[in-house]
Amino acid sequence: MKQYETIIGLEVHVELATKTKIFCGCSTEFGGAPNTHTCPVCTGMPGSLPVLNKKVVEFALKAGIAANCQINQYCKFDRKNYFYPDNPQNYQISQLYLPICHDGWVEIETSAGKKKVRIHEMHMEEDAGKLIHDEWEDCSLVDYNRSGVPLIEIVSEPDMRSSEEVIAYLEKLRCMMQYLGVSDCKLQEGSMRADVNLSVREAGTEKFGTRTEMKNLNSFKAIARAIEGERERQIELLEMGRPVIQETRRWDDNKESSHAMRSKEDAKDYRYFPDPDLPPIHISDAWIQELREAQPELREEKQQRYQEEYGLPAYDAGILTESRSLSVLFEKTAELCGNAKKAANWFMVEVLRLMKEKSMDPEEVSFAPKHLADLILMVEKKEVSAQNAKKVFEIVFDEDVDPVSYIEEHGLKIVEDTGLLNEILNKIMEENPGPLAELLGGKEKVFGFFVGKMMKELKGKASPDAVREALNKEIEKRR
Amino acid sequence: MAKIIDDETMENVCILAKLSLSEEEKEKAKADMQKMLDYVEKLDELDTENVEPLSHIFGDTNVFREDVVTNGDDKEAMLANAPKAKEWQYQVPKTIG
Repeated sequence: MKQYETIIGLEVHVELATKTKIFCGCSTEFGGAPNTHTCPVCTGMPGSLPVLNKKVVEFALKAGIAANCQINQYCKFDRKNYFYPDNPQNYQISQLYLPICHDGWVEIETSAGKKKVRIHEMHMEEDAGKLIHDEWEDCSLVDYNRSGVPLIEIVSEPDMRSSEEVIAYLEKLRCMMQYLGVSDCKLQEGSMRADVNLSVREAGTEKFGTRTEMKNLNSFKAIARAIEGERERQIELLEMGRPVIQETRRWDDNKESSHAMRSKEDAKDYRYFPDPDLPPIHISDAWIQELREAQPELREEKQQRYQEEYGLPAYDAGILTESRSLSVLFEKTAELCGNAKKAANWFMVEVLRLMKEKSMDPEEVSFAPKHLADLILMVEKKEVSAQNAKKVFEIVFDEDVDPVSYIEEHGLKIVEDTGLLNEILNKIMEENPGPLAELLGGKEKVFGFFVGKMMKELKGKASPDAVREALNKEIEKRR
Repeated sequence: MAKIIDDETMENVCILAKLSLSEEEKEKAKADMQKMLDYVEKLDELDTENVEPLSHIFGDTNVFREDVVTNGDDKEAMLANAPKAKEWQYQVPKTIG
C-alpha cells in the first residue's frame, strides 16, 4: 500500500466565561431550568435590540494576544442566515468579513518535538439553543438558555498531521484559555467543541486531497478515534480508486464510525451581510496596550519561574502548571507555609496520587491551601508524624477539614511529655516481664520489640527518636 | 449584462427563503428580481474604486454594555409567545440534528 499523509485543520468553539450573554443581560450559567435565562433579545423577538457585552471583546482580544494574532482594529458583526429551530432569529450573529483576530500561532509539543500551528482567525459569535427530541409526541423541544452565550471560534490552518498533534493543540488552547480566565473549556459541558477538517494525500505530494468536516466530537478520546476512523475511510476510498466527497460528517462515538450529514452540493448558502443592529467596533492602540500589560502569567512563564524562583525540577514545574487551578492552589500553599519545595513535594506525591485514585480533574480539587500549609508546618515542627500527616491530608483533600483541630481532636499530636512516655513504657514493661528480662540482660533484638510496642500504643504520636531515648533512659535506670 | 434570473435561480431563492410560490407568482417574482439586478448593474457604472464600503450609516462605534446580569427568570412571559410549549420548552416539529 502507498504511504499517506493526514492533513488536519481545526475549528474550535470556546464558550467565554462572561456572566452574561453576548448581546443581552441574561445569565450564562450552565444547567439552569429550561428557558429561565432568556429574554426578547436572545429569543429573536422582533424589535429587540442587541447590545454588545464589552467583556466579550476583551476576552476575544486576550485570547488573540496570547495566540500571537494580528488584531483587526476595525471589526464588525455579520448575520449568517439559516433556518433551524435552535436559532430563533433565523440568523446567527457572527463575524465573516472582519474577524477580531487573525494570523496567529501557538506552539505545541509532541513526542516528535515542538511545532507551530498557525491560527487563521478568531471571531466572536453567539451560541445556539439546545434541541431535545421528544419521543412521546415525536416532536422537538427547544431550550434557549444557551442561545446568545458568547463564543469565540478559533480556526487553525491545516497544519496538523496526526491525532497526537491535534490533541496537543487542543490541550494547548484549553490551558491557554483557562490561564487567561476567558473560558473554563469543559468538553463535557460543551464549553469547548471541535470540528475536524481532514484530508489525506500521498506522502511526498504537494496538493491537498478533498477534505471532509467532522462534527459532534465531545471528548479528546472521541476526537482521536474520529481522526483515525476518517483517515482510514478516506485511504480506503482512494485505494479503491474512488473519490473522497467534500461533505460534513457526523461522528458516532458509540458505533465508532461517521455518516454524511450534508454534502457540498446542498451546502448551505448563508447569505452573510453586515448586522445593521450592531455598530462596528473600533479597538484603539491604547486598549490593546492595556490588555497586553494586564495579560496574566501563562503556563510557559510560570514553568520558568517555578524553576528559577522555587528551584523546582523542570518535570515538577511542568506537572504543577498543567492546570491553572492546580498551580494557583500550589502557589498559595507554598506562600502560606513558606516552603515551596515541601509544598511541591506534597502536590507531586499526595495530591496527584489522590486525584488519580479518585479520577478527578485538577479543577475539581478544592481543599483550602491554608489547610495543607498548616499540615506542612505541623510536620516541620514535629507536632505530627509524617505518616499521620498523610492520613490527615486524605481527609483534608476529601472534606477540607481544618487539620490543626482534627489532629488535636483525634489525639494525633506528638507527645512531648516525657512523663506520659514513661508511664506507657512502664506499663508495657510490666505486661512483658519475659522480654524485659532479656532486654536488661543485654539482648539487642528485644529493643526493637519495645520500640514497636510503644509506637503502636502511641499511634504515631511520638517520634521514634523520642521513644528510643525514653527506652534507653529506662534501661539505664533499671540496670 | 446583469445575471439572468432563470428558473433554477428562482427555485434556489425559494428554498433559501422557505417560500412556496405558484408558477404565476414565480414568474412575477422573476421579473421583479430581474429589475433589481438591472438596477444594481446601473449602480455598477459608478467608479467606486476609492470608496470604502459602507455597512452602517450612523457612524457610531463601540456601543457596549457592561457584563452585569439584568434579566431574571421570565419564562412565563417568554413562552406566552410560543405557538406551542411543553414543560417550559418551545415545542417544534421534529428536527434531526
